[in-house]
Amino acid sequence: MIYIIQNYWKAFLVTDGYNMTGVAMTLWLLVSSCAIGFCLALPLAILRNARNPLIWGPVWLYTFIIRGTPLYVQLLIVYTGFYSLDFVRDTAPMAAFFKQGIDCTILAFGLNTAAYTTEIFAGAIRDTPFGEVDAGRSLGMSQATLYRRIIIPGALRRALPVYSNEVILMLHATTLAFTATVPDVLKIANDAYSATYNPFASFSVAALIYLSISFCLIFGFKKAEEHFLAFLKP
Amino acid sequence: MFDLAGYGPQIFAGTVTTVELSLLSLAVSFVLGLLGASAKLSKNRYLRGGATVYTTLIRGVPDLVLMLLIFYSLQIWINDLTDWLNNLQDSIDFEVQLNPFTSGVITLGFIYGAYFTETFRGAFLAVPKGQMEAARSFGMRPMLVFRRILFPQMMRFALPGLGNNWQVILKATALVSLIGLTDVIKAAQNAGEGTFRTFYFMSIAGLVYLVLTTISNLVLLALERKYMTGVRKAVL
Repeated sequence: MIYIIQNYWKAFLVTDGYNMTGVAMTLWLLVSSCAIGFCLALPLAILRNARNPLIWGPVWLYTFIIRGTPLYVQLLIVYTGFYSLDFVRDTAPMAAFFKQGIDCTILAFGLNTAAYTTEIFAGAIRDTPFGEVDAGRSLGMSQATLYRRIIIPGALRRALPVYSNEVILMLHATTLAFTATVPDVLKIANDAYSATYNPFASFSVAALIYLSISFCLIFGFKKAEEHFLAFLKP
Repeated sequence: MFDLAGYGPQIFAGTVTTVELSLLSLAVSFVLGLLGASAKLSKNRYLRGGATVYTTLIRGVPDLVLMLLIFYSLQIWINDLTDWLNNLQDSIDFEVQLNPFTSGVITLGFIYGAYFTETFRGAFLAVPKGQMEAARSFGMRPMLVFRRILFPQMMRFALPGLGNNWQVILKATALVSLIGLTDVIKAAQNAGEGTFRTFYFMSIAGLVYLVLTTISNLVLLALERKYMTGVRKAVL
């Protein structure tokens, strides 16, 4: 274990000398996919609660398909599947995009977490107390103002505890990136294993790293809850 | 549309493997979860501490990392153990080879046992105390109390969490193809490489999972109705 830490600590944390690897890569995957997921999920969650089935239907179908299939299958479809299609290979920008493991990974992860986040936010919007909406209407707020000032801030607060779970699950899901040749923490651990034939030590180091990132995230979200949900304190 | 280019039997066999793997892992993690929940609720401090370490560690580490860790280490540990046994007794040559399926079941069961522990712990706590006291006052033995009183009522509270865990296990079996098991994903990958139609065959694999999750959703709904017998819901 000491040998692995001495030889691979730099690769595990920041870089292997050429590329960004290890913790830096894992965090970059996490942040970028969660950012994509959040930006997609907010409008989709509003559409998910629309009254018109032609509007909420497609959003429901999207979340149903994404939540019903494993992320690994989605990653394989984006990473190996799209590149096998003729029209993707013939269009230069698309071919360049889908050739890169990291692009495909972030796209697949972002679309995946967007579906779960949509359902979380949609549930939180549905739980808005009717009194708040009535009060907003009685003050003459337009639909857009109502959403901007009343519904969205309240729903995001209510969704925070569940959303923190989703972010931690996303951290755990980023380990799949190593199947698309992205040098995240698990890839480095796998390299260390291939070099030393010591699976327990190499993967334990990775496990400890993920454990500490998880604990940091949990701590951060707890602080955020204390701040944003302070009015719920007894 | 469903032209599988002769790969139909492989994909079907892979689907069967996936279902078997998830059902067996479910059984293992169910038992581990019951044991873990009992340990977490027991009066013994060491049992409680052990169960807490188990659930915290397992739930804080990604399942893929644990899977690779256990899959590669388990064989080495078993080899060490059998070597040691062989040294102890020269007459018997003793060897255990783990195949990916067995290690998949062990790892998935071990990992999701931690999640089941938490689900069952909450459910056990949700059973009213008076029920247990009444059972004991009837002179029921602990096993009988568990079978007749605790378990049926606990299942009612555990079912939503259980359903969630089952869906997660089903989707986590996808990872086992990474340690060399020929499940539906591996079959689809092979078919895709053979025909240069990866997108098509991966979509088929996705469709298989979608069908499996939809079926299990329906089963869970039926189960929920069964365990909800006798519960009066407030009409708002």
